[in-house]
Amino acid sequence: MKIVATKPELCIGCKACEEACVKVLFKDTDTEKSAIVITELGNDKFDINVCNQCGECIEICPAQAIYRNKNGVVMIDKDKCVHCYACAGFCPTLSMRYHKEVTGPFKCIACGACTRACTTGAIYMKEV
Amino acid sequence: MECKNSKDINLEELKRQRVRLHESSFEPKEIYRGYADRSLYINVTTNEVKVKKISNDMKEKFTGGRGYGMKYLWDAVNPDTRWDSPENEIIIAQGPIGGITQYPGAGKSYVVTISPLTDLPVDSNVGGFFGPLCKFSGFDALEIQGKAENDVVIFIDGDNNKVIIEEAPGECTNSHILAKTLTEMYADSEEDKMNVSVVSAGLGAEHTRFGILNFSHYDLRRKECKLKQAGRGGIGTVFRNKKIKAIVVKRSGIKGDLNNPHDLDTIIKLGIKLHREIYENDTKQCWMRVHGTTQLVDAMNAHDLLPVNNFQYGEHPDAPKIGKNSFEKIFDRSNVDGCWYGCTLQCAHGITGLEIKTGPYKGQKIFTDGSEYETLAGCGSNCGIFDPYQVSETNFYCDTYGLDTISFGTTVGFVMECYNRGIIGKEVTQGLDLNFGNWEAQMELMHQMARGEGFGVVVGQGIHRLKKLFVEEYGADKEFLHDIGMEVKGLEFSEYISKESLAQQAGYGTANKGPQHDENWLIFMDMVRNQIPTFEDKAEALFYYPLFRTWFSIMGLCKLPWNDIMPADNHLTDEPAKVPEHVENYIALYTAVTGNDFSEEEMLLQSEKVYNLQKVFCLKMGKGLREYDYIPYRAMGPVTVEEYESRSERYDKHLKDFVKIDPDGMTVEEKIKELRKYRESQYQTLLDAVYKRRGWTKNAIPTIERLKYLGIDYPDVVDVVKKFL
Repeated sequence: MKIVATKPELCIGCKACEEACVKVLFKDTDTEKSAIVITELGNDKFDINVCNQCGECIEICPAQAIYRNKNGVVMIDKDKCVHCYACAGFCPTLSMRYHKEVTGPFKCIACGACTRACTTGAIYMKEV
Repeated sequence: MECKNSKDINLEELKRQRVRLHESSFEPKEIYRGYADRSLYINVTTNEVKVKKISNDMKEKFTGGRGYGMKYLWDAVNPDTRWDSPENEIIIAQGPIGGITQYPGAGKSYVVTISPLTDLPVDSNVGGFFGPLCKFSGFDALEIQGKAENDVVIFIDGDNNKVIIEEAPGECTNSHILAKTLTEMYADSEEDKMNVSVVSAGLGAEHTRFGILNFSHYDLRRKECKLKQAGRGGIGTVFRNKKIKAIVVKRSGIKGDLNNPHDLDTIIKLGIKLHREIYENDTKQCWMRVHGTTQLVDAMNAHDLLPVNNFQYGEHPDAPKIGKNSFEKIFDRSNVDGCWYGCTLQCAHGITGLEIKTGPYKGQKIFTDGSEYETLAGCGSNCGIFDPYQVSETNFYCDTYGLDTISFGTTVGFVMECYNRGIIGKEVTQGLDLNFGNWEAQMELMHQMARGEGFGVVVGQGIHRLKKLFVEEYGADKEFLHDIGMEVKGLEFSEYISKESLAQQAGYGTANKGPQHDENWLIFMDMVRNQIPTFEDKAEALFYYPLFRTWFSIMGLCKLPWNDIMPADNHLTDEPAKVPEHVENYIALYTAVTGNDFSEEEMLLQSEKVYNLQKVFCLKMGKGLREYDYIPYRAMGPVTVEEYESRSERYDKHLKDFVKIDPDGMTVEEKIKELRKYRESQYQTLLDAVYKRRGWTKNAIPTIERLKYLGIDYPDVVDVVKKFL
């Protein structure tokens, strides 16, 4: 399967990836709703946080609403989700998202839009 | 009705045997800020069903959950009402926070009735999906009154807004089969089973006074119905006496906003924060997600607090065999062992493929819940039994027969000691060799309870009545039986040795429903950490903690996520025992659900109204005075020479340091006598301090001023109190 892989040392903090992400996920411009999150660490260094599709959230979900699709990407079935956010608290990399205006948790769906928006190669699609 | 195996169930045949007694529709009702503001009343004598509006006064004074249960029961019964009177009710109620899916531990129901053991109002908390599904069907409480002629199943259809009562002669009564049968009957698909919850008891509840209610929820991964228990006080006995076989609720479409809360954003943020705390800290703290409550066996054993052989001793070298390491291997943990959505603390583990060695299910490999600490201590160490598989089978049968593992274990421990000391013999036990450690005999007693025959039915009446029987019929020493019979007000003790914690002794003694630890658990604060050394300190703890913990019962919350997981820096706070950050969470949660501003003082005040109503209720039923708060001496100190000698160094030191007596040259009997005199006097002094702090008289009666301050000075409440002042 393909995941969004990162090279934080190449990140310049332009946040083009966040803008691309919210456009795909929500047809929105509010980057607070992005599934990929860039955080400035100081000294021109940045952290890139995005789901690595490890799937630990699948096991923690009490409603069996989280599953792998045929491409291996971890997805959320919104009809089944009961909005408990156990997945958000138990994500090893804290990559399951919550936003006040979004119903239920959301995450990276490995669509690649962010990688296409990245001008430095700090994020890229990787086969694992 | 007994049946051997859930695979043999023919649903169509069972449906064919049903006789419909009632069907009606109700108006759908959305929840607003945690409340439906109405209850469902069902009378199984007349099959009357009505939807009752909950008044603003009731909501303001009694909040929800146990508070609603106590008020409805207060209004329904009179001082002559006993557990089997038709006017006695079973009330199952949630609370305003109950049913939220984001914050762990929010699926509790609270059940109230007049107890067959105590003749007093009893409250018992229980997990499982029933409470939230009932609430989201449009009811804050379910009120059941009357007695059916034949066995009935009540179905609350929250999807189609209907109530149906049917005679149900065919279904097996035992819970592990009945819950599965009814879940399959009422669900439309495998996934739909999660939207069904069943309340049931079992055959044992029909013949004993300590019957329980099992509340089910369907585990999609194991494809099994898990059962959680409203265990204390014999509510299942009342249930079966009313000829209710089961109550079923169905409500689909569960989402995180069904409480229609004031501020969902805050609830979600608090929930995620606690999920993370559990993720990071559980295996550094209580290991609930791995061991459940079994880790308490090891902890209690290490501190001499684990009841062994009818509370004589506090530790045993074999105790680890029924402790956490054994059950880490035996449990088939899944990552969804919570008893309501979003509980990531997940203490509710289970065992798949337990091979049953006795009784009607002998030879079958079954799934069973637990085991939990109280069961391991009560049915295990307290009866001298230390085999984890044996205790797991005891647990399975207690659940499916509808028996309280605490009352069962504590009562059987008492009977075993009576047998060991020759107070009763085989002519009384009807041939059973009830020595400590004899698991087969323990199980035979339980199967007799389910069959309604033999000495099992006698034992099933509980310690209070056994003491009277053994004294009056078999010439037993009344004072000695009073000293070793671990009951107060008619309810058996839960499973902690309180000999070295004066605060815990009073906690057990003054608990409204009888000696259960859910009002307070002060042993570590008092005995281990010495944080409450003076009478005033202990009295303050015995004011605060029962009220703080009552608050969970009026909100629909579980106690475990309060202090069985803690922030990493909790030890740096001023009062780590209170877990201040979590108290702040609860205050914020309450405001976020209801929209009402709130503080810790108001939290205690909410609880105090309910707590004092329950106290006056005990007076109304004839058992609320000080004398009913006295505890058996074994809960205070060593009764026998062997108990004293097992801890002689500790007791000798106590005599020297506190009683100011030099034990050298004294006989053990003399030392026991002096220690007893001192400890009993300490207990009485503490009762004075506790009653004073609670605003009660020295005879444990709430004053009129206190009732006025609390706003519960209703004429019928004041009338009860006036008789005693």
